[in-house]
Amino acid sequence: MVTETARSKSPIRWHIAVFLAPAVLIYTLVMILPLFGTLQLSLYRTIDGVRQFVGIDNFRTLFGDPRWSASFWNALGNNVWFFIIHMVVQNPIGIALAAILSHPKLRFAAFYRTAIFIPTVLSFVVVGFIWKLILSPLWGVAPWMMDLVGLKSWFTPWLGKEEYALTTLGLISVWQFVGIPMMLIYAALLSIPDEVIEAAEMDGITGMSQFWKIKLPLILPAIGIISILTFVGNFNAFDLIYSAQGAMAGPNYATDILGTFLYRTFFGFQLQLGDPNMGATIASMMFFIILAGVCVYLFAIQTRLRRYQF
Amino acid sequence: MRNKLFLALLMGTSVLGTAGGAFAQDATLTIESWRNDDLPIWQDKLIPAFEAANPGIKVTFAPSAPTEYNAALNAKLDAGSAGDLITCRPFDASLELFNKGHLGDLTDLAGMENFTDVAKSAWQTDDGKSTFCVPMASVIHGFIYNKDAFDQLGITPPATEEEFFAALEKIKADGNYIPMAMGTKDLWEAATMGYQNIGPNYWHGEEGRLALIKGEQKLTDPQWVGPFETLAKWKHYLGDGFEAQTYPDSQNLFTLGRAAIYPAGSWEISGFNTQAQFKMGAFPPPVKAAGDTCYISDHNDIGIGMNAKTKNPEAAKKFLSWVASPEFASIYANALPGFFSLSSTPVKMEDPLAQEFVSWRDKCKSTIRSTYQILSRGTPNLENETWVKSANVINGTETPQQAGEELQKGLDSWYKPAK
Repeated sequence: MVTETARSKSPIRWHIAVFLAPAVLIYTLVMILPLFGTLQLSLYRTIDGVRQFVGIDNFRTLFGDPRWSASFWNALGNNVWFFIIHMVVQNPIGIALAAILSHPKLRFAAFYRTAIFIPTVLSFVVVGFIWKLILSPLWGVAPWMMDLVGLKSWFTPWLGKEEYALTTLGLISVWQFVGIPMMLIYAALLSIPDEVIEAAEMDGITGMSQFWKIKLPLILPAIGIISILTFVGNFNAFDLIYSAQGAMAGPNYATDILGTFLYRTFFGFQLQLGDPNMGATIASMMFFIILAGVCVYLFAIQTRLRRYQF
Repeated sequence: MRNKLFLALLMGTSVLGTAGGAFAQDATLTIESWRNDDLPIWQDKLIPAFEAANPGIKVTFAPSAPTEYNAALNAKLDAGSAGDLITCRPFDASLELFNKGHLGDLTDLAGMENFTDVAKSAWQTDDGKSTFCVPMASVIHGFIYNKDAFDQLGITPPATEEEFFAALEKIKADGNYIPMAMGTKDLWEAATMGYQNIGPNYWHGEEGRLALIKGEQKLTDPQWVGPFETLAKWKHYLGDGFEAQTYPDSQNLFTLGRAAIYPAGSWEISGFNTQAQFKMGAFPPPVKAAGDTCYISDHNDIGIGMNAKTKNPEAAKKFLSWVASPEFASIYANALPGFFSLSSTPVKMEDPLAQEFVSWRDKCKSTIRSTYQILSRGTPNLENETWVKSANVINGTETPQQAGEELQKGLDSWYKPAK
């Protein structure tokens, strides 16, 4: 017995390293190295053509300089609102759709599922362009259709108004991505064993209360995963805003989120020359924000979620 | 391996080079450019004209995509593989190339005397001592109007601001046309076609622009806030939902004949000529009172310079002198109506709309966009901020005074005018 454990312990288990190597190598090359490259870049600054180490000076500028900090907080605030729209609108709708779709008596479920999921696979550029056209006050179908039902007076050029533009874009994004929470929840709902449902029915729990009391607790872990995916996705968002509103995220930076702010700073725009160091600083802040969010989820929420084994 | 390949390449080029040399004493010049739209014009018109007059020099036009041009050019210049002649962007992008030693000094080039100081300002060092690109073309701002609509309503092109707003009011009252086709969604329309279009009449062109650079005037002064005040009044004459109207929307509105006036840049001419089914005319930005000196934005857009490391500096200079000549100006301006020669010698153009635009140079004083030289070097960038503020003022979300104050505050944060 003793000799056997000693024998199984002593040889180095090469196969583990060999099997891990490709993944570790590629991941390090395309994810970890660039990440540290970005963090490093944010600690330097080019002064008179020479790259110098400046410590956390770039971060001081970002938070201390009234203009930089105003832009940053504006972008972060908009980003938070963007996230809230998704959490309040996209995920509940996704869950509701999944609950309806998983109803055994629903006909054409596969058709609805596909139709709702299709926008998710569309390119951002297509989505941005389609919605710009739909909402166009000149040639759009939105003003025309609202006119048909007598609501023309409710129409405003939403994408051009400071107070509506970001919310409109948030809802467009919800339209595009509502398929993802729907699919995940749908899968979670299908994996609930029939015995559990039958037992509930035996106890007289049916209909809505069955959803609230039996199904919802069972899909909570899936909802948690969706929330964190939404969070990461929203704080990395850039494409939709860029394709619909341009790099200046107008009107008056009302739709500027961290992604567009980073793009403008890093690559420059029009006469503004790019500033890779300040850009990297913003990118680092985005990384820290997302890291903090994910940590809160992992340690504070996920550990408390109750899991059920069937 | 790489060394060997390099060596082989070297051998190859040297053999080919000597072979070519033995064949003829030709010097070959390659032009770097972002204007790939102009390739046919260069190949069919400009280069044959030059080669006919200068036997022994061969010219190749080698454009790249506009969005890639700056990056590709920088890489080629650093690697020493760039062409002999470089098409120059205006202001800081080219100035940086000159400071790095990539562009040759052309101050004493024969033909430079054909250009005014304003024309050369886009390709000069800040002190104006060295010029490094030959000015090729500029774009002029003004208003293009639907002649049929004006005739129908009995309106003549307005000369003063009062007449301008009276005309807008009349078009609006009639209701058949949207008075003016402009949107604020893309921001730059509001700044470029709005603020920079009408502004020079307020700040008196070069006088105000230079005073701003010297720090003698502020963006909060009446001559700089004035254009914003006028822009704020435009709001009532723009189409429904102009806040979400994009640049192509505005172009389409006008060329479809739904709008009467289009605040324009001359680069629109060739596009509008093919799209619009009605007669068009143009008028310069209206002045305050009849008889005032008028000022127009005649913005330098394209120049051409010499790669400092070219192997054929003599041939390159010969070509550049030719670019500076009236002959080049005439061919170029006629092939591309809307891109006007910067030469002081008047150029005869066939296109009536282009003629109208360029005729303003005689009666008005020219200036360039106020934000382009020096003032957009820092962060926040004055040009980009002007986009946002102009759109805000037209949208009515900010007053002209606030806009001026914020722009000045942003400029003050990094720009210290030389005393």
